[in-house]
Amino acid sequence: MNLCIGGAAGDGIETMAGLFEKILQRTGFHLFSTRDFMSRIRGGHNFAQIRFETEPISAHIKALDILIAYDSRSYDEHQQRLKPDGLLLCDPQLGIEDPRTLAIPLKTLAKESGNARTIGVVCIGALMKLLGLPLTTAETILRETLSPSILDMNLVAVHKGYESTVQKQPFAPAHHTESMLVTGAEAMAMGALAGGLQFYSAYPMSPATTLLTFFSAHAQAFHLVVEQAEDEIAAINMALGASYAGAQAMVGTSGGGFSLMVEGLGFAGIAELPVVIADIQRPGPATGLPTRTEQSDLLFMCFASQGEFPRMVLTARNHVDAFYQTARALLLAKKYQIPVLLLSDQYLADSAATIPSLDPQKAAQSVQPLPEQPDIGAVYQRYTLTPSGISPMRIPGKTEAIVRIDSDEHTQEGTITEDATVRKQMVDKRNRKLAGLEAELIEPAYTGADEPEVLLVGFGSTSAAIAEIVALLNQRGVSIGALAFGDLYPLPRKQLSHYWPLAKAVYSVEQNATAQLSKLIRMETGLHCTDSLLKYDGRQLSVDDILDGLKAFGIGKEVSL
Amino acid sequence: MTDAAFYSTETAWCPGCGNFDIIQTLTKVLTDMHFAPNQVLLVGGIGQAAKLNQYVNANGFSGLHGRSLPAAVAAKMVNQALTVIVNTGDGDSYGEGGNHFLHNIRRNVDITHFVHDNQIYGLTKGQTSPTSDSCGDSPHGACNLSRPFNPLLVALAAGATFVARTFSGHKEHMASVMRAAIMHQGYALVDILQPCISFNKVNTFAYYKQHTYELEAGYDTGNLEAALLRSMEYGPKIPLGILYQVTRPTYHQQRPAIFDETPIIDKRVSTEPLETLMARFR
Repeated sequence: MNLCIGGAAGDGIETMAGLFEKILQRTGFHLFSTRDFMSRIRGGHNFAQIRFETEPISAHIKALDILIAYDSRSYDEHQQRLKPDGLLLCDPQLGIEDPRTLAIPLKTLAKESGNARTIGVVCIGALMKLLGLPLTTAETILRETLSPSILDMNLVAVHKGYESTVQKQPFAPAHHTESMLVTGAEAMAMGALAGGLQFYSAYPMSPATTLLTFFSAHAQAFHLVVEQAEDEIAAINMALGASYAGAQAMVGTSGGGFSLMVEGLGFAGIAELPVVIADIQRPGPATGLPTRTEQSDLLFMCFASQGEFPRMVLTARNHVDAFYQTARALLLAKKYQIPVLLLSDQYLADSAATIPSLDPQKAAQSVQPLPEQPDIGAVYQRYTLTPSGISPMRIPGKTEAIVRIDSDEHTQEGTITEDATVRKQMVDKRNRKLAGLEAELIEPAYTGADEPEVLLVGFGSTSAAIAEIVALLNQRGVSIGALAFGDLYPLPRKQLSHYWPLAKAVYSVEQNATAQLSKLIRMETGLHCTDSLLKYDGRQLSVDDILDGLKAFGIGKEVSL
Repeated sequence: MTDAAFYSTETAWCPGCGNFDIIQTLTKVLTDMHFAPNQVLLVGGIGQAAKLNQYVNANGFSGLHGRSLPAAVAAKMVNQALTVIVNTGDGDSYGEGGNHFLHNIRRNVDITHFVHDNQIYGLTKGQTSPTSDSCGDSPHGACNLSRPFNPLLVALAAGATFVARTFSGHKEHMASVMRAAIMHQGYALVDILQPCISFNKVNTFAYYKQHTYELEAGYDTGNLEAALLRSMEYGPKIPLGILYQVTRPTYHQQRPAIFDETPIIDKRVSTEPLETLMARFR
């Protein structure tokens, strides 16, 4: 079942969708929902799309079963996607003539309930009846969510909506499963807390701002310092100052803010300061499309900064991954004393999904820590040369010794040097960490046929849609498989070398225009993709889009969703 | 405790540089105030002044050009037990780092900021600094065709709680101002006039001797209007001393829900708050 709610900014779509999602979750459905918002505060066209099933899902599809149109524009924008037997729920005042219309006087019912703004809850009432869902669940969620001053009118509204129509879908109550309903940003933020986050600095930037607001809201309970910096340069340098002083530090931004942070990234590299930099990607360059999605920062993340130093680039493939990869990013940054870059995107950050319960202990133990090294007192060198490249780290003020770090090339003591031998020793020391990082890599997840004739490669948030289409094609007898990369740089190579030779053709599926994953694979392995399926209009690849793209390559021509 | 605890080593400074007076005075002040080297964090950006922490036996953070303040305040945020002192130049503090200067005044984190203000870019060999004199006043190779930046006036306008100026040639004056700045609770700015013997042929040791005066006994450091007027005195008569000092809640004091006497880095979070938080999503 796929539902879309469209209207103008300020119409309360977010609130209505959020309530309905909670109701669906509590009823026992698996759901995946996305938001499509314009970069404005009032007006325009926004929509929320909620897909809910009795089976687990983690991607969106295009065809709609139900369209709720608050205005004519929402009808115009989406009516083509509404199935012939779908349902258009709207107010008769809109004057829409469509055989799929179920006209309900939403505005009148809302006003009768006590406030025109209860229109969304009237819709929820109508949906509960239409779908055969228990009204009591809706009432429970309203009671849990709304403040007492507005609860009564909303309870009236949900009843009025419920009584306004008749049951159309005998939807069997789903088998109840214990789940969490989280956005990608919430999962990422909680992953950071599980990973021991102590300091977060950021400058507000869509679509990363949700991390900042989340951490601010929970700063007290988690003894977190959350600082809104004057710019992204300050944000990264604050994080590095906090990191030096012994705090687990992270910054969050989007590509434009990361561009400003790049000198700080190199500083973390040479000074060996642990830090996590989360980039919630949006289409660039420059301001680009502020509220939309893309995966076009991959190569920038891998190679940003002058000079050479080890780093790790991780991405989150879904809501579960967002939690565990973020915790892991903090732990890896701390263990190897490096910057770890964590890629997400607007689609994943803002979409909500029901997922199995997350396990903070598992997250906190996802990286084997280094053995504790005894403090040997005043004789301490911050940059002691070691076989692993990792030098014992001491916290200033917490040891008898003094701790020096430097953005210049430095001696083992941490003071400036221009000595040729020391320079080479330090570059080699830092780069020796790469061997350790290689051993930490998590190989991409494989789904599909054991010996696939066609191999897809993708990373991050497109992974779920790719996996869904692979499963469908496998059912229809197509020999296809997919590798979904979470860890990206250094590039894990074992799965690639296993599956690549089996396939007659390999396609990268990416949310960018220049096939950046394909290029990264070629650079690191010499393997050439046959072709790439690319989307870069700011709207996420849906399951349908991928199927259409594969058909253009001659794959799955007979298959439809 | 002797000065030797904060020993100075061989430096990359020009012989006769004002930095020598500053480092000797600072190490003496730290010693006299009975700090141990591991309790002090000296932060610098890039430039000759910023190298000071390299030559002092204390914790040292040599960061990026212009970015010493964000790093310094953040270190203090997570561990208020450290005494955090920034030593860096006029270009670093007022040019490259201008935005951080403005906003860290507002934060009022309890750190000390010594700006070694030689009114020129020394390490890059003689370019104009934000504080170089106006070409109208003293035409020379690195004078400002644009209006010079007045750091003390800007700091006062932005709400700084401690604003002072001293001169590296008056070591006793510099020591007393440094001590007061370190003791001040909140962000303390000290603009230290300092000759650049290699590149600034106008604002020399003799120039500062001749053009500066110490604020008179009885000057009211709590009077903002007076401080604003004094901060605008420049040229023939440049005031030295604490122009303004006021008590206002520090960054930490403004956030009692987050900070108490235990530094953030010493706090341990149990798994319980996360379990509670995650339950809200069920």
